[in-house]
Amino acid sequence: MILETRGIGKSFGSVLALREVSMGVEAGQVTCVLGDNGAGKSTLIKILAGVHRHDSGALLVDGAEVRLSGPRDALERGIATVHQDLAMIPLMSVWRNFFLGAEPRRGLAFDVRTARRVAREELRAMGIDIRDVDQPVGTLSGGERQSVAIARAVHFGARVLILDEPTSALGVKQAGVVLRYIARARDRGLGVVFITHNPHHAYPVGDRFLLLKRGTSLGEYAKADISRERLTALMAGEAELRALAHELERE
Amino acid sequence: MTDERLARAGVLRRLLIRPELGAVVGAIVVFAFFAAQSPVFRSLDGVANWLDPASTLGIMAVAIALLMIGGEFDLSAGVLTGTTGLILVTLATEYGFNVWPAMLVSLVVALAVGLLNGLIVTRTRLPSFIVTLGTFLMLQGVNLGVTKALTGTVQVGGLRQAGGYASAQAVLGGTVEVAGTPFRVAILWWLLVTAAATWVLMRSRPGNWIFAVGGDERAARAAGVPAARTKIALFMTTAFAAWLVGSMLALRYTSVQANIGIGQEFIYIIAAVIGGCLLTGGYGSAVGAAIGAVIFGMADKGIVFLGWDADWFKFFLGAMLLLATLANRLVRRYAEEVRH
Repeated sequence: MILETRGIGKSFGSVLALREVSMGVEAGQVTCVLGDNGAGKSTLIKILAGVHRHDSGALLVDGAEVRLSGPRDALERGIATVHQDLAMIPLMSVWRNFFLGAEPRRGLAFDVRTARRVAREELRAMGIDIRDVDQPVGTLSGGERQSVAIARAVHFGARVLILDEPTSALGVKQAGVVLRYIARARDRGLGVVFITHNPHHAYPVGDRFLLLKRGTSLGEYAKADISRERLTALMAGEAELRALAHELERE
Repeated sequence: MTDERLARAGVLRRLLIRPELGAVVGAIVVFAFFAAQSPVFRSLDGVANWLDPASTLGIMAVAIALLMIGGEFDLSAGVLTGTTGLILVTLATEYGFNVWPAMLVSLVVALAVGLLNGLIVTRTRLPSFIVTLGTFLMLQGVNLGVTKALTGTVQVGGLRQAGGYASAQAVLGGTVEVAGTPFRVAILWWLLVTAAATWVLMRSRPGNWIFAVGGDERAARAAGVPAARTKIALFMTTAFAAWLVGSMLALRYTSVQANIGIGQEFIYIIAAVIGGCLLTGGYGSAVGAAIGAVIFGMADKGIVFLGWDADWFKFFLGAMLLLATLANRLVRRYAEEVRH
């Protein structure tokens, strides 16, 4: 396991945001974190990304227990997070965004030729078809932006890639594009943590599934142990759905 | 959509999203307009004449453009050209300083003002518009108050008698002959400043950071960009430009009025906007701002050459600003338009 939590928990004041959650991320595998709004998904990934410190349980990187001091610490250990708002600058070109904050140098200058070439190559290696790396990121579709962010994390040596709801704002086709890049990152040997509330996005690409509900774990399943139908049912909450259907039924 | 169509749109888009495009077109139109009606305007003497105001304004506009791309304003820059000039002349004439050390002192003061602007803006997160409006008013008061207290008048003069005047004047305030026509040496400085600013923006790491902090400061910081340091450096660059221009004007006229530079701060911003800078930051060019200054210089002198009332200049300026902002808005929308 590259990254693992054992009975991890976090509270904010008197609110228990996360209780006793255990999960693991293997190299070359995708761990999906599923849950409705308020289930504790974002608290969990913020702990993994070094934004929050956990109160209880243990966080392990490469089998050794650690306390991450901040996002930079996480990044230095190879844990990269692609946030929903993407941290990209819309008016800047793809290649300028790609190397933002880590520009290659040549003497005193920003080596723009290398930056352009490497950005193009890295995107192509991920199978991302960007027509022109000079175009502003703002002109890319949502799926393309996610893909560029993923390619950037891969290029800068991420071993674990945490993707915060990368498909939630996308249409069916765009979501498919992003799922393909998640698979591509997995095939390149990265461990991927894929946060979503859509079991139909999670099931095709996931190897393990962690289900969260109101801050607690409903269990972590390997793909062999759970069917798509069961996953969907667990996610939706069968009892609640039945009650809702009953309530909404016409007299 | 077929790929062919996208490829063609790509080329067109790349041309259209050059921030300086509007300024280049505007400069050609304005030049053609005045050149067609005034033979003096298109003569070498005429060119030297209208490049003169373009150069000092251009140096400031380029610095302000960098700052605006970085997402901030500086309203104190105009008055600061007065402050630096006043310090230079006062030290040289009232306190017997040689011109060069006097310029060094005024440079230190200018950089301190820039540093202060930058620190206040980055520490408090207050809009730079308000912060530098404050420094603008304070400097205006200091310029007048100190000058009056020291000389009893509202100007200082007599720089010509000071030691080191001849050499400093030659470097910053003199002229260079090209084909028998004297051109202000300030024009060379302006070209140098524009070239340096363009290099920094397009070919250096801080250039990438300037675009980033102006485009989305939070995202830039998340990517590891030293946002506060970048902005403070930009304020200090503007202060440096104000010092350069203030010294040039003081050396050229050998006296400085205590109210000089007031109102110029908006002209700098206008030139930068005509040159393609967005008021919201993150986009623009140094070359564009320099061309914006050329348009300004051509109109300033051209109206005089045509024998018009100089009041029309303000009308022209306003119309140019409106046109430029409209064009910039279109460009931005085009550049940011999301494709699916």
